[in-house]
Amino acid sequence: MKLRSKSVFLGFALTLAISGPACSQGFVEIHAGGVEDMPLDYAPEYNPVNEVAAPVEEVIRLAQVSGANDFNRNLKKDKMRNPPPPEDGIHDTENEGTFVLMPPLEAYEGLPPSDFGNYVDWVKAIDEKKIAPRWDRIDSSEEPFVMDMDIHRPVKASVPDVVFPHRQHTEWLSCSNCHPAIFIPQKGANQINMSAILLGQKCGVCHGKVSFPITTKSCKKCHSKPKPADWQPPLSEATLKNPWR
Amino acid sequence: MSRVTKHSKWRYVLLGAMTWLAAFALPQTVHAEYADVVINNYADAAGIRPVVFPHWFHRIRFRCKVCHADLGFQFKAGGNKITMAKIIDGKFCGACHNGEIAWSVENCAMCHSGIPGTPTHFHGSTVQRLIAPAYKPVEK
Ligand code: HEC
Ligand code: HEC
Ligand code: HEC
Ligand code: HEC
Ligand code: HEC
Ligand code: HEC
Repeated sequence: MKLRSKSVFLGFALTLAISGPACSQGFVEIHAGGVEDMPLDYAPEYNPVNEVAAPVEEVIRLAQVSGANDFNRNLKKDKMRNPPPPEDGIHDTENEGTFVLMPPLEAYEGLPPSDFGNYVDWVKAIDEKKIAPRWDRIDSSEEPFVMDMDIHRPVKASVPDVVFPHRQHTEWLSCSNCHPAIFIPQKGANQINMSAILLGQKCGVCHGKVSFPITTKSCKKCHSKPKPADWQPPLSEATLKNPWR
Repeated sequence: MSRVTKHSKWRYVLLGAMTWLAAFALPQTVHAEYADVVINNYADAAGIRPVVFPHWFHRIRFRCKVCHADLGFQFKAGGNKITMAKIIDGKFCGACHNGEIAWSVENCAMCHSGIPGTPTHFHGSTVQRLIAPAYKPVEK
């Protein structure tokens, strides 16, 4: 435990060292001699500046590796879920109003969780009557016109087929939000594919913006009808013409 | 000291270095709530902070239909060309932020809360998260 906190401070010193003049020589020199012998309980009052100036007994040379070899070159990770407005990077902390705004987590207390988007399962929240958003701007007793009709869309690829449920949508939206601007109301009349959705068209007008987003964890929300047990992915023509062995 | 402990110690050293880098040396990243909209067609130019509209907050109180069908908000960030003139005429945000359904328009700092210079955008959208453009199916 003590060792760890001490080492974290040493890391602090190391970063200072890396960003210092040693960089220009192609390697980084760390003078770690005095560090090893220090009593472990020395850590609390540890002064990172002294660390760099510690007596030289052992010189460690770290090759300077190109920054291109980061372990996660392209992984974008949401490190902070549902931050309060002053910490979210888009609200101005010089603005007093920012501190009056509600932190999302306060509002989400008791709502069913999910793994993506707002990390709230909004469909369940309505079904379980945890929230009762108005259907009319003024009249809180007006009920939505819910239509329970599933549209089944077979998918050529190995992922489960898509089922578009009207019920969950008409809880939130009116028919005119989708018909006819986004979808012609006729089964199979609309060409839909994943690239269009990812670019914000078709289902992607809402999914990936306000309704649950497209992530590995959400595929099965839309791709919800399993393929028959004997289903095999169709072979590419190139493979059929030039069979391997 | 044995090799093993030395090794694990250096792991902590690196961890410390990385934590320090992440905390202070790298630029602050944006991690706003999913579906927050920054609207800045005119705000910056008029010398006021951009507007931040929280979808999550409003969808707890209203279905999408209220705004996107009844009040005529189109599905496009910045696409509704909202101005204060329209708001005080009772359109867009002004249909509710009128002192009857919700607090009224004199609370400038509640809506105009964005960091100056932030462009109009939709926070957390899948398009923004794509590392490479979406795959285009081959035309046959
Ligand atoms: C359909 C009605 C309606 C419309 C339209 C509307 N709002 Fe609201 N808004 C509300 C209600 C209701 C509240 C809650 C008021 C309260 O807490 O007393 C609210 C609260 C807010 C809050 C404060 C959230 C918090 O953290 O307390 C902000 C910011 C806001 N609205 C911005 C906007 C903006 C910007 C627009 C226009 C782009 C807009 N609203 C349009 C009804 C509406
Ligand atoms: C979120 C968007 C959305 C909403 C809201 C919506 N629909 Fe649809 N609707 C669709 C989609 C997607 C299809 C499937 C089209 C296809 O298969 O190409 C569809 C198909 C239909 C069809 C054709 C069914 C068939 O078997 O040919 C009808 C009729 C229809 N919708 C009526 C409605 C009505 C009535 C409402 C309002 C109560 C409504 N829809 C609300 C997206 C929506
Ligand atoms: C106009 C906006 C809109 C469009 C377009 C739209 N959706 Fe949705 N969808 C919603 C909303 C709002 C919900 C409620 C859940 C949420 O917000 O995360 C929802 C929920 C769902 C659910 C229910 C998830 C559950 O937990 O039960 C499925 C499945 C779904 N959408 C699939 C689709 C598919 C497939 C398409 C395209 C054919 C589509 N949606 C197009 C707005 C939309
Ligand atoms: C919002 C609903 C939705 C979500 C979420 C979703 N898909 Fe799809 N997907 C569709 C629809 C609709 C189609 C088109 C089906 C058809 O051909 O009619 C489709 C088609 C596909 C296809 C067939 C090829 C193509 O582009 O048409 C693949 C593969 C696929 N999806 C994979 C995925 C994967 C992987 C995920 C998760 C990262 C995912 N989908 C998430 C709705 C969705
Ligand atoms: C309910 C939310 C809300 C409140 C409260 C509000 N505004 Fe706005 N305001 C907006 C929105 C949305 C826009 C459009 C932003 C854009 O596109 O740049 C806007 C735009 C503006 C603009 C630039 C466009 C124009 O109309 O000239 C100014 C200036 C402005 N607001 C000043 C104010 C002042 C001053 C107050 C307080 C008296 C105020 N606003 C209160 C939502 C609000
Ligand atoms: C209180 C009003 C209000 C409610 C309720 C509301 N929205 Fe919005 N929505 C807005 C505003 C304001 C914008 C931004 C418009 C602008 O910048 O001109 C917006 C923008 C959008 C966009 C545009 C995204 C893009 O591509 O730029 C989508 C999609 C959307 N909303 C979907 C929804 C869905 C789905 C729901 C219900 C779960 C919903 N909204 C509920 C007010 C609302």
